[in-house]
Amino acid sequence: MKRNGRKKIAAFIIMVFMLAIVAGCGGETKDTGDNAGDKAEKINVGVNVELSGGVASYGSNARDGAILAIEQANADGGVLGMQINPIERDCKSVADEAMSVSAALVGEKIVAQIGPLTSGNVAGSTPVMMDNKIPLIAPAATAANVTVDDKTGATRDYIFRVCFIDPFQGTLMAQFAADNLQAKSAVIYCDNSSDYGKGLAEYFEKTFIEKGGKIVAKEGFVKDDRDFRAALTKIKGLNPDFIYVPGYYQEVAPLIKQARELGITAPIGGPDGWDSPDMVSVAGNEALNNTYFTNHYSSQDQDPNVVKFVEAYKAKYNKDPDAFAALGYDAVQIMIQGLKDAGEADSVKLTEALENITDFQGITGKMSIDEQHNPVKAGVVIEFKDGKQVMNTRIQP
Amino acid sequence: MLEFTQQIVNGLSLGAIYALIALGYTMVYGIIKLINFAHGDIMMVGAFVGYFSLTLLGTNIMVAMVTAMIACAVLGVIIEKVAYRPLRNSTRIAALITAIGVSLFLEYITIFLLGPSQKVFPESAFPIKAYDLAGLSVLNKDIFVVVSAVVLMLILQYIIKWTKTGKAMRAVSLDQEAAVLMGISVDKTISITFAIGSALAAAAGVMYGVYYSTVNPLMGIIPGLKAFVAAVLGGIGIIPGAMVGGFLMGLLETMVSGYGSSLYRDAVAFGVLILILLIKPTGLFGKDTGEKV
Repeated sequence: MKRNGRKKIAAFIIMVFMLAIVAGCGGETKDTGDNAGDKAEKINVGVNVELSGGVASYGSNARDGAILAIEQANADGGVLGMQINPIERDCKSVADEAMSVSAALVGEKIVAQIGPLTSGNVAGSTPVMMDNKIPLIAPAATAANVTVDDKTGATRDYIFRVCFIDPFQGTLMAQFAADNLQAKSAVIYCDNSSDYGKGLAEYFEKTFIEKGGKIVAKEGFVKDDRDFRAALTKIKGLNPDFIYVPGYYQEVAPLIKQARELGITAPIGGPDGWDSPDMVSVAGNEALNNTYFTNHYSSQDQDPNVVKFVEAYKAKYNKDPDAFAALGYDAVQIMIQGLKDAGEADSVKLTEALENITDFQGITGKMSIDEQHNPVKAGVVIEFKDGKQVMNTRIQP
Repeated sequence: MLEFTQQIVNGLSLGAIYALIALGYTMVYGIIKLINFAHGDIMMVGAFVGYFSLTLLGTNIMVAMVTAMIACAVLGVIIEKVAYRPLRNSTRIAALITAIGVSLFLEYITIFLLGPSQKVFPESAFPIKAYDLAGLSVLNKDIFVVVSAVVLMLILQYIIKWTKTGKAMRAVSLDQEAAVLMGISVDKTISITFAIGSALAAAAGVMYGVYYSTVNPLMGIIPGLKAFVAAVLGGIGIIPGAMVGGFLMGLLETMVSGYGSSLYRDAVAFGVLILILLIKPTGLFGKDTGEKV
């Protein structure tokens, strides 16, 4: 515990230095602006992310992606003739803190806020943004009620996101199973103890049936189950073309292992809850062949935009960008697009522009914002090949 | 038919693990009338000792199992000395609540020391071989757990029925004060009971690790509860009853998942507990002896 604390302090000190460096850069660009002779204003953008606390890694990676996007835009001459000035604040992975950080950022006259990352922290920040009519762009908040009020069903006017909501991955996998794997029949074996699993199963079923497929059986397991052979034996008897397992890796890894031990050879698919090194160490390389999962993004994507982004990110930070970095980058990109469409750096006009964004080309796919402020966008399907995660294809809904 | 036979195989190997845990439960209950709710967590500790023996010391699976059994026997004796012995003359409920406390203590001290994430049992510890019997898939680990469970039960039965220690255990179970008068050391006998019961749990833990590939600090809770139901089903306190109860539970769960719906599996398992307590509280093998005076 203590060591962890020390690490956090070290991380904090490094952050302060980085801030100082970023601030230094900002100063320089401002100077060049003055030299150019116009009285260029700055566009203040709040970056309210988790830089410490439980999900610090999500927040700092998204921040890295966002800052990269801002620096690139500034190097290209800024937006609307102005430089973007990022104001970074740490919400400490706490919803209350996210709210007070937002309030402080509003005081600094921001036109938009990037972050926070988790759905809970976005919810903390939401009332402040709504009251002040400033758009919030969430990079990775996947809960459905982030942009839509659960009780009234009304869209929250100033809250946007650039990631798809969780259950949408069910739709993507159903498309992949029906179109790419030519599956006609499928079994859903779902984690019934989480909304995540149930939502995914629902979307998968709907799309798979629309595609002309047939769901031959629905089975369920709960968190911490380790024995799946009874239901798997039953599934083996049904001989489906595809098995959909929406759940987390703790249960899915032994499940796949047992399925292969029982001689089930059908392809098995799942959501991003599968994304863990434990999948390989528990299930083994061989059992994982012919299994697929959906995700927001893959750093192995050969799309030229992604390749360019990965190179720039690596050059600046000397590490591979994960999904959070890519989503943070896209959150800034879509805001810049919105500012260009709006024609001026005004929060309300920016909000209108964001609502009308169509076919925006981001790193994590081409996206259009729908009436619930969710992006309609592509996802990637990742395949396990001899224990390695390999990007299989990109699925456009 | 093939599918049905496969389900029987599945049920027996799941049941063997329940039976092994239930044996320890039922033995401790039989001797001192304490439902040791920490039993599932002792199994977890055994699984971790086995895991570290395999990964850090690089032993083979048999040595790992023996190491885990010895370590947990010692742990069981310590738990009994520290937590249960001071309460031996207080109410049954005090001991029961202490057992829950010990259970939580073991779970969270393990999380504190090793972190909450799961550890992966090395595959090389028990290379899997599959036997294909006319389409029926039987793995060497299926055979391993079923045979170990039966062998351990027979050893336990032998100890209790035919050794001097076993005689002392039965005497203590029947009447502690009379046992003291006959020159039996009650403390020693109870310590041995805990040592054997905990060693059995450790064996079950290592088997669980081999069978399901992962161990984590909270792994003992659900199997512990299921084994408790198995012990009650067979008649708590009766050794062969625990065995039969364990296998019945395994088969029942498998059949419910296989021919009903996997969604109702746990409901049926715990429904059995309610039914047996309503209809025949002494369990399948229990005799209505009436309360001792």
